[in-house]
Amino acid sequence: MSWLLVLPIALPLLTGVACFAAGSNRILARSLNIGGCGVLLVVSIGLLAQTWQEGVIAASMGNWPAPFGIALVADLLGAAMVVITAITGLACAVYAVADLSRREEARGFHPLFQVLLAGVCGAFLTGDLFNLYVWFEVMLIASFGLLVLGGSRPELDGGLKYVVLNLIATLLFLFGVALLYGATGTLNMAQIHLRLAEAPLTLEIEAAALLLAMAFGMKAAVFPLFFWLPASYHTPSVAVSAVFAGLLTKVGVYALLRVFTLVFSNTPELTTTLFWAVAALTMVTGVLGAASQNEMRRILSFHIVSQIGYMIIGLALLTPLALAGAIFYVIHHIIVKANLFLIAGVARRLGGSMELAEIGGLVRRAPWLGALFLVPALSLAGMPPFSGFWAKLLLIQASLEIDDYAMAAVALTVGLLTLYSMTKIWNEVFWKSAPEGRPAGAAVAPQAAPPLSRAESASLVWPIAGLAAITVAIGLTVAPAFALAERAAMQLVDPSAYVAAVLGSAP
Amino acid sequence: MEVWLALATAVLIGASVYLLLDRHLVRVLLGVALLSNGVNLALFLAGDLTRGAPPIIPPDADAPTQVAANALPQALVLTAIVIGFGLFAFALALIYQANRRLGTVDSDAMRIAEPVDARAGDATAAEPPEAAR
Repeated sequence: MSWLLVLPIALPLLTGVACFAAGSNRILARSLNIGGCGVLLVVSIGLLAQTWQEGVIAASMGNWPAPFGIALVADLLGAAMVVITAITGLACAVYAVADLSRREEARGFHPLFQVLLAGVCGAFLTGDLFNLYVWFEVMLIASFGLLVLGGSRPELDGGLKYVVLNLIATLLFLFGVALLYGATGTLNMAQIHLRLAEAPLTLEIEAAALLLAMAFGMKAAVFPLFFWLPASYHTPSVAVSAVFAGLLTKVGVYALLRVFTLVFSNTPELTTTLFWAVAALTMVTGVLGAASQNEMRRILSFHIVSQIGYMIIGLALLTPLALAGAIFYVIHHIIVKANLFLIAGVARRLGGSMELAEIGGLVRRAPWLGALFLVPALSLAGMPPFSGFWAKLLLIQASLEIDDYAMAAVALTVGLLTLYSMTKIWNEVFWKSAPEGRPAGAAVAPQAAPPLSRAESASLVWPIAGLAAITVAIGLTVAPAFALAERAAMQLVDPSAYVAAVLGSAP
Repeated sequence: MEVWLALATAVLIGASVYLLLDRHLVRVLLGVALLSNGVNLALFLAGDLTRGAPPIIPPDADAPTQVAANALPQALVLTAIVIGFGLFAFALALIYQANRRLGTVDSDAMRIAEPVDARAGDATAAEPPEAAR
């Protein structure tokens, strides 16, 4: 049994317990949180290196042979997602030191944060459908706690909508699992793949597929199931919303990619049309929603929705190149989106607000922040030479390859509108001069921003600079990231290696 | 027996959809609870029902020697019940807290995070006085 497979789940759980035990000792809890993320990063890179060399690796928990025990599986997609999770976790844990109030830390930010990471890593590594449900729940309960940590009125309001809709999504997921178990008699995803390959397409299986599509679609915030996201993501502290923005919806996207390439691999005609419409509508509604907003984090929240649409293109076209593009997009997007939320937080610290009308002139007060904003912003809009350009290029190329000009046109137009939103933030927050006095209609006057102390600015700026450096690095040396995405996509297109690793060589 | 349980599942889920469509959050939460029970029942049904044949393996064998009930759905349902109970308790506490702080459990009246006039509230700014609602 490979310990590398278990560690990305066990480490955050143990770190979470240690953080809980550290209690009111803030320095210890912070160090444990950051240290835990650092070790997780090292372990996950080791796991990625091993999957790169040896292909898919799998292990059965408790040494029960494959279909009976719960299987943990790492293919390239899963391992790469764990690495990105660790990077995002590390950045947000460092950022949280200067971002969180004493109250939020005392209420248990650090343990909840680690449990969240454990849930996310578990979802990426499990090979069992019911186990996936359990990891979703671990992730959910931790995210519920993090979302209402501050206990302010907007947090309670946003939190309620998030909680109720996510509970319903999880129950739909469980219902789909029940139908699938009834139809195939197993929960092991590799074995379901084999059983469904032989079985005729019954109503039960179709219903299960649509229930799972709906449940994961709700988690991934696709049209028309995304309304919980812009209602809640702008309410908690910046470190929390950045980790949510980066990771949580992408767990839904990952689950869609996994389930609709492995479990329902034999029924593409059932879902590709659905995913095509969903992808296009998600891109368009998200970007239009963003254009109508005037608060930084709300603009960015709608852009999460819009970007999810791009990732769904992979499932709509279902060609190797489209899947590689979608995987590339997920990796690029997590880094960029988390970074934009972190930058919005620093802008609020310096300018006193996230409302575009109440802030301005930051380019003179903090030119470095302006420069750091441009990297993820232009990358999100798909400008070369940043990572987003290649991600969009791959997806558009994939749609042109199969003569799907409509999808290519939608993707290009939405990219242009994304640029419009990013320019709006740049103009309002950085370029225009700071507004005088209290703007009409503002609920409160922006507070005068206290200058950042040396330690504070280090903890706020290093994560942003690090994530921006990764964005630039992916953009400039695109070959390794593309090779990774391409090989991961090949493993999705042809799941025989996955099945062999889980069930043994003779399935 | 299966038919009756399937009907019970349908009734539970139908009732839960009715409750979920309500604006009153306590009813919505009860809807979630009913949905959870309906889904658990479906999960239980999915494993095929076998009466009076406990899955007990004789001491000298590795597997049950005759037809035995499927024990797995019960383990799954048990897990789902425990998780569902925890989440239900959390959501109930959240609604209670929201009622105290926001003064309402009507989801249409909850516009603090998304004010009707988008300019009017920086969601993360200092809280307006409670009397404002």
